[in-house]
Parts: sequence; structure tokens; C-alpha cells
Amino acid sequence: MIRHSPRTEPVNSPPVLSVAGLCKTYGGTVAVDGISFEVARNEILGLLGPNGAGKTTTISMILGVLEPTSGTIQVEGRDIAKQRSAALECTNFAAVYAPLPGNLTVYQNLRVFGMIYGVKELRSRIQALLEQFELDKFRDVKCGLLSSGEQTRVSLAKAMLNRPHLLLLDEPTASLDPATAGDIRKKIRELAAEKNCGVLWTSHNMYEVAEVCDRVLFLSHGKILLAGDPKALPGEHGKATLEELFITVAREPLTLEMG
Amino acid sequence: MRLSRTMAIVLRQYYLIRGSLSRVLPLLTWVGIDMVLWGFITKYLNSVSGSGINFVPRLLGAVLLWDFFIRVMQGVTMAFFEDVWSRNFLNFFATPLSITEYVTGLVLSSTATSSVGLVVMLLLATTIFGLSFFVYGLLLIPFLLVLFLFGISLGIVGSAMVLRLGPAAEWFVWPIPAVLSPFAGVFYPLATLPGWMRFCAHLLPPSYVFEGMRRILNGGAMPAMALLWGGGLAVLYVVCAGWFFARMYRQAVRTGLIARYSAESVS
Repeated sequence: MIRHSPRTEPVNSPPVLSVAGLCKTYGGTVAVDGISFEVARNEILGLLGPNGAGKTTTISMILGVLEPTSGTIQVEGRDIAKQRSAALECTNFAAVYAPLPGNLTVYQNLRVFGMIYGVKELRSRIQALLEQFELDKFRDVKCGLLSSGEQTRVSLAKAMLNRPHLLLLDEPTASLDPATAGDIRKKIRELAAEKNCGVLWTSHNMYEVAEVCDRVLFLSHGKILLAGDPKALPGEHGKATLEELFITVAREPLTLEMG
Repeated sequence: MRLSRTMAIVLRQYYLIRGSLSRVLPLLTWVGIDMVLWGFITKYLNSVSGSGINFVPRLLGAVLLWDFFIRVMQGVTMAFFEDVWSRNFLNFFATPLSITEYVTGLVLSSTATSSVGLVVMLLLATTIFGLSFFVYGLLLIPFLLVLFLFGISLGIVGSAMVLRLGPAAEWFVWPIPAVLSPFAGVFYPLATLPGWMRFCAHLLPPSYVFEGMRRILNGGAMPAMALLWGGGLAVLYVVCAGWFFARMYRQAVRTGLIARYSAESVS
């Protein structure tokens, strides 16, 4: 079991991510419906919900690749709509649906993205990440030749390149074996604790969420249905486990509407 | 704008080309084939025409300049297609990389690849077929510059179309030079064309280059106004192309197409 490290920042420090009144509609379909939340420094926030709940849409808007219909997103106080480059300089992400180009080697991909993020002493930073994610032996292997688990580790190494203050992880351990997934969770937990990093984490693995996240938001039909401590939340709603609560959110969201 | 981000785009193209014979060969092969084919055609025409006209600078020179324009345009679109084929948009556009930095990276990549093609063509045309660019004098530089700028503008427009319409829209990009070539007067004077085609030709910067080239070969002088018009139009098209790409990108961000590019549309 991972031991949660104590916060190193004052409690009243400004949030790394601040989302206010975020909406996204496609024609008549509402994908995200006025959600507001914050991610504090050193905090890992779990964004949970059934398929189609609006998790990936929310992450896409935070990453600036999808324009919100309304609402604001601020990363370290910088509005993503007005100061996109500055906001994304201290942000990074890894997602199962966004592997790095398969026709470049691990090192080449990390070098290209390191230059884009303006990473200082890039060569030594890459070497440190190759060692940290046990990718050294794949350094000169094209990413397309790696297993899905190895590719996920490369994506995570890319996500750490710029020592992000905001890290967005969309099902980061989905294709990892349990041992590797455990190691990755530990690394991300350490990153959040030691580097003043806030993490927004989506996962369908409720064991993982309960273990890693300080706080969770349950999304359903684009709205935040529940929010709270993943260990306390099931009990507060008469459920034995987070998984049981998740299933209820997915099947009977109306029984759980927030007061 | 940060240079390191632009150079990252160039570096990615360098890595791709360096490690791949299938990317290196097309840089050399097509231009080489064109030079050899048109070189022999011009030699044959010189031997049978009896008109005293030297077809080498007229036809082979024109083919070389037109091929250069095509390589510049395709240099931009090929660099862009690499990101289409490897589904890299989400990775790139979720970084601090700006559209200006990205497009500048594509243009610099194209400058490098088209320069390789130009060198190959010059080597073949001058050493095997005796083409001398001294006949064009210093005007060769503005000729190349106008063609370069127009190639860049069409490359950016083609990339913007594919960004907006999806990977299958590649089909629209490849025939663009072939569609334009009858209007550009590559092989014949614009006076040969009917009125409506001449009107279209005057909107195309390459037509000023090829008309000027023929005028010089006929012993005349290149009118400065024609060169300015050609250059001015080329610059205008580059600016418009940049605006068009940015607009297509903004639309793709608004509709969610960047995040789900492989779907080709969000409807």
C-alpha cells in the first residue's frame, strides 16, 4: 500500500487548476454541463464516471485541444483561452488514446517533445526518465515496436519531461500489468507529493482510485454528481466499496443527485 | 514564438527522413526522372526542329523550375502528413506549440527537402544536358523565390484542407500542381491561352516567372513591374494561407476534430 506523503505547500496556496462553469455542447448534445472544480498542489484528483460521462471531453478542454462552449479554465492562474502556451508550458498529459509516434525511437520522441516544452539540460533529463521508467534498453527502439505497456511507460516519461505542475492522466495504467501499474502509481504519488504537482486522474479501476486519489469527482451526463474522499464516499452513500458506488452512478444516477 | 519549438518540428522530420530509405528516395527519384526524361526530349527537339531555337533552357529549364515549385509544396504537405499518418495531432497540439511555430517548422522542413531536390536537378540538367542558368542571370534568384513562396502557400492551404476534412482529403492535395500547370504557362506563352485562362494565369505568381524566363531567352528584359506583381502575389498568398490554416485549426478546436481526428468529422 502506498503511504500518502504529507503536503509540502501551505493549504491556502492557489490551485494548480481552476475550472469554472465549464460547458461543452455538440449541436443539441450536452457533453459537459457547467462543471466547476479545482486541483490543489500536491493533490491527486480522480475524475470518475461511466463511458460518455464527459471525462475525456473535460481533459481535452483543459489541454486546449477542444474549445469550451462556455466557462473558464485556469492553469496556475493563466487562462487557457488567452494564454494557451504559457498555461500548457507547465502542463503535461498521458492518455491511452495518444501514444507517441511509432515511427520514432523512444529517445527521438522524448527529445522532440523535450524541445517543444523547452526542457533545460534535456539530454540528462531524458536519461533520468529512461532510468526512472525502466526504458533504457528501449532507448533506440521505435515506439511502434514496443508492447502497449512499454508504450504507456514512454507516454508517462513524456508526461514528466517538463516537471509539470499540472499532470493530466487519462487511464494511465490501463494497459499495464499489476506490478508495473503499482510502480507507476507510486511514482506519480511521489511526484505529486514532492514536486508541487497537481494531478487529474481518470481510471475505471476503483481499487487504484481509492489507493491513489486524495479526492474524487463522479461525473454523470456531463455533471458532477458526487465529490469527496474516495475512502469515505461509499459509506456516506450506503455502499460498501467505491466500485459499488461507481456502478450505482452508472446505472441509477438519479438516486445519488447531490443536494 | 520560440525557436526551439519550431526546431523540434524540423528535428522530427530529420529523424524520419534519416532513418527511412522510402522517404529519402522520393526526394531524389522523381526530380531525377523528370530531368532525364525532359533532357532527352529537349535534345530530340533540338535535333529535329531546325528552327535554331534551343529547347534546353526553354523546356528543361521550365521543368526544373516547375518541379522545384512542386517539391516545395509537397515538402510542406508531406511533413504535415507525417503527423496525420502517425496520429500525432493530439500530442503536438496539447503542448505549448503555437500554430505559427508548427507551420514555420513545416516550412523549414520543406526548405531543406526541396533544396536537396533542387541540387539534384541542377546537377543532372547542367552536367548531362548542358543547361546553363547563366542565361537567366541574377533573375534566377527572384524566380526561385517567387516559386518557393507560392509553393509554401499552396502547401499550407493543402495541409489546412486535410486538417479540416480529414486524412482522406489528401486526394485533393496531390493534383493541385497538375491542375495549375496549364494556367501557369510553364511550357507556352500566356498569349496561347484563351481570355478566361489568361485572366486566371495573371493571378498565379508562377506565370510571371515563366513569361519572364521566355522573354529573357528571346533576348528581351524582364519587366520589373511583372516581377513585383509575381512576388507581391506570392507574399499575399503566403499570408492568406497562414490565415486559412489558423482558421481551419480554430474550427477544428471548436468542433473537437483535433481530439478525434481519425473520425474525419464530428457530425
